[in-house]
Amino acid sequence: MGTRVPPDTSGSAIGDTDDAARIDIVGLTKRYLTPKGETFTAIHDVSLTVEPGQFCAIVGPTGCGKSTTLAQVSGLEHPSDGFVSVGGQRVDGITKGVSYMFQSDSLFPWKTVLGNVMMGPVLLGTPKNQAIKLALDWLRRVGLAGFEDRYPHQLSGGMRKRVAMAAALINRPRILLMDEPFGALDVQTKAIMQAELLQLWEDLRPSVLFITHDLDEAVTLSDRVVIMTSSPGTVKDVFDIDLPRPRGDVQEIRHESRFQELQGQIWASLKDEVTRAYERSAAVAA
Amino acid sequence: MSAATVQLASQSELELQATGRRARSRRAAFVWLGRLLVVVVVIGGWQWFTSVGWVDKFFYGQPTAIWDSLVTLFTQGTAFGPIWEQIGVTVEESVLGFLLGTVVGIVFGIVLGSNRYLSDVLNPYIKVLNSIPRIVLGSIFIVAFGLGLFPKVLLAAVLVFFAVFFNAYQGVREVDQNLIANVRVLGASPLQIARHVTIPSAMTWIIASLHTAFGFAIIGALVAEILGALQGIGLIISQAQGRLDPDTVFACMVIIGVFTLGAEYLITLLEKVVLKWRPPSRSESQPI
Repeated sequence: MGTRVPPDTSGSAIGDTDDAARIDIVGLTKRYLTPKGETFTAIHDVSLTVEPGQFCAIVGPTGCGKSTTLAQVSGLEHPSDGFVSVGGQRVDGITKGVSYMFQSDSLFPWKTVLGNVMMGPVLLGTPKNQAIKLALDWLRRVGLAGFEDRYPHQLSGGMRKRVAMAAALINRPRILLMDEPFGALDVQTKAIMQAELLQLWEDLRPSVLFITHDLDEAVTLSDRVVIMTSSPGTVKDVFDIDLPRPRGDVQEIRHESRFQELQGQIWASLKDEVTRAYERSAAVAA
Repeated sequence: MSAATVQLASQSELELQATGRRARSRRAAFVWLGRLLVVVVVIGGWQWFTSVGWVDKFFYGQPTAIWDSLVTLFTQGTAFGPIWEQIGVTVEESVLGFLLGTVVGIVFGIVLGSNRYLSDVLNPYIKVLNSIPRIVLGSIFIVAFGLGLFPKVLLAAVLVFFAVFFNAYQGVREVDQNLIANVRVLGASPLQIARHVTIPSAMTWIIASLHTAFGFAIIGALVAEILGALQGIGLIISQAQGRLDPDTVFACMVIIGVFTLGAEYLITLLEKVVLKWRPPSRSESQPI
């Protein structure tokens, strides 16, 4: 039995919403070499800032380098040009205190629900029984108490998302990177998940970079919406969403006039991009 | 809903269940009947054709003669000692070869699967090794290491290695990259990635290869024994071949077959334990 980690702070390596959770993306460019030997610029000169504890959505047409941007922030990839700094420190290698959520559940099918959720603390070297206690607490928070021993394939899509959320948040990350996390869910489940995500986010207040195709989702959840253009991906517009928090019912908020006003503005900016990207892909296909 | 309708509902539910069960057991009985029929036709036909003389039992043996030769093997033993000793030798060789080949195959598969550079360097050589008829190595092993246990284990292990290696390698390659990204972001070391992601994920592929791999282990041990041995089932087979005695060859096949079925059963048990997280296949529930 180790005594190095006091129970309450286990996993939370980083403090509250101070500057540690600030994300600065400056002049970020990422090029890839295609198998044919040509260079392909996924994103070009992307600059944006996420304030500590801010919920920032990135919206853009398919293939505009949204996921590439996230990969640079997490430190899984190295930028070709420019840099990302998190909490004032330049990202070089894996960024500490980051969690990822993907569109696929990214759960370990061979681990039980409990085993999946306790992965985070276990990887940080938390003693096993403390990790179990923490994981049980998180399962309770996402409403999955009693499902500890199930395997992912025995759960519904929404329940799997909840497990993934608990697994992503258990280490109390300062930054949460979400790559279309609710993209594959049906409309009703999606709304429920959005509400639960907002609730958990209000509690922990990590900075969030949230990729989505769904403009409504972006406006409902975020403080800031970034519009990206495609090939190469660059930032076109940034909108601040001044809807009051807590947002409460994510279904209701869609009918408010301010929501529709913002949604209309953002769609006007996005529409050209989507059309252009579509025409380009149609031209390639022809 | 009143109490009466609840009772009615549960009653008809029970009836449905009973009907379903009856249909299932009827189907199972029918399947077994068919299986029995196949045995009767094949073995009976064999016996009949050879007794009538349409097929020469001198070359193709005869079920009753095979049975007699099995009885002789177990009651009077063989020229090289009791039959159990021969079975023990072959089993030991194939099991040791199986274990050795499996362990080395898994280690190589995982290392090469997760190291792009090593895999690129060694890839052509592995292809070459895989395309040569490895069974011929048996002759070399016998010349180099004599007639004892070791060359048999080695040949069995070589055959097993490739079956397991390719599956482990492929299994590692197929790991969901999102899962790896996920744990890397959480701060996992390469060793932790292997332990929590790569190995469990590749396990499906590895276990699937063990079924065929065990067959290879038996083949390796038997062939090496036929090539040169002082004891073992393979030796009995090659002696029987020299005496123009197909019945004893078939008897040996039966013995090995029984042993392989047992081993197959154990591997299936292992599969159930290790892969208990897998969803049950659809065929396990049937429409009624």
